[in-house]
Amino acid sequence: MDAKRAIAELERKVGELNELGQREGLALSEEIGCLQARLRDLRRSLLPAQATPEWETVKLARQPQRPYPLDYLSRIMEDIYELHGDRLYGDDQAVVAGLGRFAGQTVVFVGTQRGRSLEENKRRNFGMPHPEGYRKALRVMQLAARFGFPIFSLIDTPGAYPGIGAEERNIGGALAESIYRMFQLPVPIIVAIIGEGGSGGALGLAVGDRILMLEHAVYSVITPEGCAGIIWRDRTKAPEAAKALKLTAPHLLELGVIDQIIPEPPGGAHHDPDAAARALKEALDRQLQELLKLDQAELLARRGEKFQRMGCYEELTIAVGQSKEG
Amino acid sequence: MPIFGNKQYFRVKLEAEERGKDEALWLKCKSCGQLVFKRQVQQNRNICPKCGEYFFLTARERIKSLVDERSFRDIARPLVAVDPLHFVDLKPYPQRLEQAQQETGLASALVLGRAKIEKLPVILAVMDLRFIGGSMGSVMGEQIVHGLHRAAARRRAFILVSSTGGARMQEGILSLMQMAKVSAARHLLAEAAVPFISVLTYPTTAGVLASIASLGDVTLAEKGALIGFAGPRVIKATINQELPPGFQTAQFALEHGIVDQVVSRAEMRGEIARLLRFFVPGSGKMKRVPSGPTARQNGR
Repeated sequence: MDAKRAIAELERKVGELNELGQREGLALSEEIGCLQARLRDLRRSLLPAQATPEWETVKLARQPQRPYPLDYLSRIMEDIYELHGDRLYGDDQAVVAGLGRFAGQTVVFVGTQRGRSLEENKRRNFGMPHPEGYRKALRVMQLAARFGFPIFSLIDTPGAYPGIGAEERNIGGALAESIYRMFQLPVPIIVAIIGEGGSGGALGLAVGDRILMLEHAVYSVITPEGCAGIIWRDRTKAPEAAKALKLTAPHLLELGVIDQIIPEPPGGAHHDPDAAARALKEALDRQLQELLKLDQAELLARRGEKFQRMGCYEELTIAVGQSKEG
Repeated sequence: MPIFGNKQYFRVKLEAEERGKDEALWLKCKSCGQLVFKRQVQQNRNICPKCGEYFFLTARERIKSLVDERSFRDIARPLVAVDPLHFVDLKPYPQRLEQAQQETGLASALVLGRAKIEKLPVILAVMDLRFIGGSMGSVMGEQIVHGLHRAAARRRAFILVSSTGGARMQEGILSLMQMAKVSAARHLLAEAAVPFISVLTYPTTAGVLASIASLGDVTLAEKGALIGFAGPRVIKATINQELPPGFQTAQFALEHGIVDQVVSRAEMRGEIARLLRFFVPGSGKMKRVPSGPTARQNGR
């Protein structure tokens, strides 16, 4: 095994350097320290990836039998009518958007949609949207704003698609525009992270007045694999990265990023999709009734303030030479 | 998440700086491979005099290259990052922060101040790539919001110079939320009719591109910039094919309608000033109608 050989080689070098240092009276501690750090990393890489509870949740969140947005929507709405296309480029089927009847009132839904079969996954690009997906969602959300329809956004995506076409059509700009505009929509927006909330691609549809999360969903700035690749240069260390990222619902509730955790049936939503849908419907209904009490100005002000509060830093009280003049 | 497509490129630039600190007289440009006289590079705005390759600028160097002499005043709030996740890394996050602070002499990855550019008052926010990849965490988010408030209140144009790998991984989901926070606050400028010029430099990627950097009234790309949501390595690994030449360069962004202009480093200051003069209050003849949902009632 390569790592084992590398370790033996490094051990030999450390020994040699030690010996050399002592023999010649050289201060080589820096070089030795550097080698020892590399040794530690290498030895660590040989250990089997540690299972963590957070990683178990990631696996559950990605469970291919888990209900996707359309599975929930067909259960919680009396009728749904999907709308297609961004009126600019195409119809991205990794995003679904349309009209729904919910508890007797019209709402608009948007969501990221994975496929169940390989065929459907090709069509839906494994739930990884292109720019036109976000532009379609924004178009439909703006329709909602015109008519005063509340918006439900159901999120389950590994992230926006990292591809050539996505970059050519300005995926960064499409996400920014969607995030920015969602703060201006004067209707209630309730977001539910129902599976995987993958980074900017999730946030692009996840600005709202209430952020709900299913018990076994995850929501993160980066995938555990991506994070592990950066820290340990080893994507198989994803379980540890999942732990470090604090991407599970209880952590996010504590950090003030989400408002409510929706309990799932025993074993996860896929064991009883009907029960999971009932729990989701109940939560959406309750939150919606509360939000409908607010007028538009109050709703927008609170949505803005909610996100302005997010973050964590320390303010130094002794500010020497700090100019407060503008 | 710091995504640097061309890692080699990134490291070379850092090395060039490191050697600068050691007062080495020469440095080797990894683009053309030639040895170039260090001071000559500096005098040439950190551009290789042999091949024209751009080395990145630190925040302080950038500010110096843009503003009128001695016009810059720091207006950042006295904020320091904390470790809300107790993030597990090869190096503890607080230690990483301390090291970045020592190396750069900066409190955070963003320098925020008021200044004048060819006598025009601005609020200037500049990222420093050396500070944990110029990544946006809670402090940068709050400083940008502070800058937006100040720009709107004092009616000074807001200039943001991005140089960043994106959201800061070590603050996890809270970094992702900064994207929403700064995007929301951008509306202050729209309401006050204060211009926002977004300048994209090497590199402007991921979470920052997908939020504040893409929300300018005018977007300029510096020559040599890398502009992309996903890093080239990630894309390559996903699609399993070679990327077209010139992918995610400033010119690519211009050709695909992502930026308004590509500007050389030497011309950036003049270009910003020229643009700002179009926005000097009183330049428009139309009376402004307040925007937002209430404005609709003023319709027919």
